[in-house]
Order: sequence, then structure tokens, then C-alpha cells
Amino acid sequence: MSTLASGPVGTWHQLFNFSHYGQLLALLHNSVIAGAVLGVIGGLVSRFVIMRDLPFAVHGVSELSFAGAAFTLLIGANVVIGSLVGSIIAALTIGLLGSRARDRNSVIGVLMPFGLGLGVLFLALYKGRAANKFGLLTGQIVAIDDPKLAWLAGTSVVVLLGLAVTWRPLVFASTDPEIAAARGVPVAALSPVFMLLLGLTVAMSVQVVGALLVLTIICTPAAAAARVSASPHLVTLLSVVFATTSVVGGILLALGSTIPISPYVTTISFSIYLVCRLIGAGRTRLGRLRTRSYPTSRVTDARSRGCATLVGLWATGRAGGIASNRRRGWPGAGIGGGRRDSTGDQELRQAG
Amino acid sequence: MTTQPSTQAPAVRLARAGLRVGTRRLWSDVDLEVPAGEFLAVVGANGSGKTSLLQVLLGLRPLTQGTVQVLGGRPRRGSHDIGYVPQQRRGDPYLPVRSRDLIAAGLTGHRWGIGWPSPERRRRIDQALTAADATHLAEVPVGLLSGGEHQRIRIAQALVGEPDLLLCDEPLLSLDPGSQSMVTALIDRRHREHGTTVIFVTHEINPVLPHADRVLYLGAGRGVVGTVDKVLTSQTLSRLYSAPVEVIRAGGRILVAGVPAQAEPVHNPDPATDESVRP
Repeated sequence: MSTLASGPVGTWHQLFNFSHYGQLLALLHNSVIAGAVLGVIGGLVSRFVIMRDLPFAVHGVSELSFAGAAFTLLIGANVVIGSLVGSIIAALTIGLLGSRARDRNSVIGVLMPFGLGLGVLFLALYKGRAANKFGLLTGQIVAIDDPKLAWLAGTSVVVLLGLAVTWRPLVFASTDPEIAAARGVPVAALSPVFMLLLGLTVAMSVQVVGALLVLTIICTPAAAAARVSASPHLVTLLSVVFATTSVVGGILLALGSTIPISPYVTTISFSIYLVCRLIGAGRTRLGRLRTRSYPTSRVTDARSRGCATLVGLWATGRAGGIASNRRRGWPGAGIGGGRRDSTGDQELRQAG
Repeated sequence: MTTQPSTQAPAVRLARAGLRVGTRRLWSDVDLEVPAGEFLAVVGANGSGKTSLLQVLLGLRPLTQGTVQVLGGRPRRGSHDIGYVPQQRRGDPYLPVRSRDLIAAGLTGHRWGIGWPSPERRRRIDQALTAADATHLAEVPVGLLSGGEHQRIRIAQALVGEPDLLLCDEPLLSLDPGSQSMVTALIDRRHREHGTTVIFVTHEINPVLPHADRVLYLGAGRGVVGTVDKVLTSQTLSRLYSAPVEVIRAGGRILVAGVPAQAEPVHNPDPATDESVRP
């Protein structure tokens, strides 16, 4: 471990230290497994969080999850259970009281400081190791012991099963609530069901990255993926890949250091988002140049070439020029360019 | 009700039907029989209960008075024989949903489980895209569609289940005249080629005039049904509102003037129901 925190070399060693890496990895393999599991679940859930516009709810739930965890830490019980109970109470409250976006945000705004306040109270009363306190807020590498890992695995299975059963109606209700209701999807009932799954995922994330940084797993990955593709399957897949890369990568980098894992995870996650935005912007310009001549065949060509490559990502997703449309004040007008079709869309003519 | 010959049972039958939302009476004593294969336009001012009528037919809202039959049975949620075309509403440009996915949701989105792609499903989606002249839009993200294109995809989404009854809820709203006639022409084509019954709720009667067999006019808490020439006259509407209402015909267009404001509250009867279905 590093000795001097003052000099640049000392700081570097505090940040990255790969001596005895093999032994450390063997010792902390639980954390790596937990990170991988969390990446998969977080990536899947994050897709719905973006579609349903719930990032603020994620933050709100994580603060109550923190309060629950702090309480169980104080009374010496299982922190995972406390965190789960706090999460579920918060998620169901938000799900039941705030079915409308505006209501929901005010409900969250009311709950969040209360949860955080309770958590601070419990931590202040707690007389144990300071690292335990700090870990709840910012995550810690050594926190995952065997029983905890079992809890995480069990919770993950519940979330995975829940998502598998409700997948199609949930996607439908998240994109298109009105039509979904007309087609017989129980839109109103799905909302608390998803909030419950979200609550479980948040409680798991709190164990690894800490309550303050949960959004890095349950928002950023899908937000990044949505920048580079519009295919629902590809966005889901990328979201899982991004989340897993961030969490596992963050843990691996943090292994030898004396710093909590969260800055590593958040930095990787954020970098992925930046890269995706850049790719998205580049693709947009590409799209605008090429849509003029043939709007959709380009997409089909790219699909047949296979969309695993970045080039494929560029082309499979948004066909039109988002940035250019916004500049012209014509959301969505750029797809067709100057194209006309048989029945005649007036907007296209005006746009072109 | 594919087992019944489409010429016999009426697609929709309302008998002494009434609907109340909260304390407000929208309409009552409405008798309506829509024969299979008819194109019925439903018109009336804002808040006259046009959309609520569709909600009744979709099984999302019970009548508070009288009886209703849809395709020979009680209305039930999620019936496969009913297609639904909503108002045009533009979404987030970064929503990870392409036109094809939106249509797929209309076909299998209500089923539990993950669902794997199948050639049959793909074929039906392609067919629906063709029916709405929208094959070129298949891979375009829905957030990037123009208003008219969006409605094309909505029509494809409604047609993908091969419905016998098509319910259209103000599909022309905030579209320019060209797109309005495109949307009505697509729906009318389906109506003519497949004998699909169409109930077309619209605030704007003129784009629908060439296609509608009959009109249901909702106003003053009641409804009048008949051909355009019978219902949309100064005489009929004045009698409905018990006040002088002027129907002007000029250049093949119809203009209704002088609808009493008190009989027609402008606000939405129940905005909460619209919002409550959102996540």
C-alpha cells in the first residue's frame, strides 16, 4: 500500500496499486461476482428507468434504502435486509402515491431528505467502524461477504424472474401507455410492480456503489446506449454490457487502492456515456448526409452487414439527423430529407 | 367475432346508453346501431364525450345507464377484434423504439414473457406496414417521425391485429390538411377493401365528409345519428341544443356556428383518466 499521500507518486499509488494483485483478487472475488451480477440486473432495469423517466425516483429510493441500511447497522442486524426494506417501502410509496409524473417528483422530493435525515441520525448513533458508515454512502470493496453475496444472488433471481414475466407488457406500457391500456395491458398495476423490482435493484446497488451513486448503474448505462441505437434489443444488450463493464472494471481498478470503489465505477460509466454521445453525434451528421439520397436502404444495408461493429451502431439506430432537426426547429423532419411518398406527407414537402 | 357473417350482427349497439363522469353527465339516452362495415363519424365539441364513448367501446369505462354491445358481446379490454388509432403525440427522440417495434407491440405487446421473434410475426408486421404505405419507415425511431408519418405507423399498429372494428380517437388532431386527408384515405381504404367497421371520432368533420356513411353528433348531453345531410343541418342542431345553431355549407365544407357555450364545457371532462394510464 502507499505510504505518502502528498507527492504525485504517492497519490498515484493511492489511486492505482496493482502489487499483490493476484492475492487481492482471490481474496475479494466475491465483490467481482457481485459486481457482475449487479451489472446485468442494473443494465436491464436501467433501460426501463430511462423509458419511464424515473432517474429521480432511483435517487429517492436509494436514500431510503440507505436509511434502512443505517438502521440495521445501528441495531447490529443484516444490513442487506435493512437496505431492502427501506427500498421496498420507498419504491411502493412512490409507485402508489405518484402515478403521475408531476405528483411523483414531488412525492420523491418529500421522501428523499426525510430518508437521508433518518440515515444520518442512525449513523450518528452508531458507534462501530467509521468505514461501515462511509461505505453505505459511497460503497466499499470489502463489504461483500458470503452471506451478503447469497442475498444479492437471491434478490437478482427475483428481479430477473420478475422482468422476464412482465417484459413485453412493461415495454408496451412504458412506451405507449394509452394504446397498451386499450390493448388490455394492466398499465396501472404494472407501475408498482416495476417500482418493486426497481427497489430491489437499488438495494443491491447500495451494497456495492453506495447510496449516493446508484444512478451510475441504474441510469447512465441505458442513457448511453440510447445515444447509439434505437433498436430495443441492442439498447438492452448495450446497457447490460456498459453497466457490467463499469461495475466490474471499477472493482478491478479499486482492488489495491485505499479509495472507495465508487469513483472508479462512476468514471468508467461516465466515460462510456461521453463516448456514446460522441458516436451518436457523429452518426447524426453521417445520417443527414446520406439520408438525402436513400433514407431507409442505408439502414437495411447496415443491418445485413451486421450491427455489432461501431459502424453498424452508427447506422442501425437513428436514421435521421437529430441535431440538425433541432437546429432547424423541426423535430423529426430530417428523416425524409426532400423525399416524397405516394400518398403525400405535407410536412415532408415543407421540410425538404 | 370472426365466426359471424359480417352482414348480420351490428358491430356496435347502444341502447338508451348514458355516461356520467364524476358528477358530470356527458350524454344520456343514446340509441345507436352501427352495422358491420359502416364508416361512422362521431363529431361534437370538446368535452361532449366523444373519447369517453370510445373508452366505453374499448371496455375501459362502464356505461352508467343503458346497455352496450360490441361485436356481438360485452365490451372487454384488449379485444383482438378491435383496432385503436389514437391522437398524434410526438415522443422523445431518444426513445429506443423503431416503427417496427411499435407495431410489434400492437400485435404481441400485451402478452406476458419476453417473446422471441418469429417469421410469422415479421410477416404480419410487414403486411401492416404495407397497408399503411409505411414500409420505408420500418426502421426509423418513432421519436423522429413527423406527425403524418407517426399516424401512418399508428394505423399500421391498429391494423396489425386484423381488426373487424377500427376505433379512431381524433387521429387528425394537430396534423396539416395534407396529412389529414392521407390518414382518412388510409383508414377509408381499409374500410372499403376489408369491410372493416370504422368509428371515427373527430373534432374536424370536413376531412371525413367524403368517407363517412353516417354521423353521430354528440352535444347538449344527447346524440343524433343519421346521414351527414340529415344531421348536420341548422334545423337538427338547433333542435338538439334548443338554441339557434347555424350550419354553413361552402365549397364542399361544413361549418357549424353558434353552438351554445354553456352546453359545451370546453375543459376535458376527466383529464385525470388520461394521465393515470401513464407510468
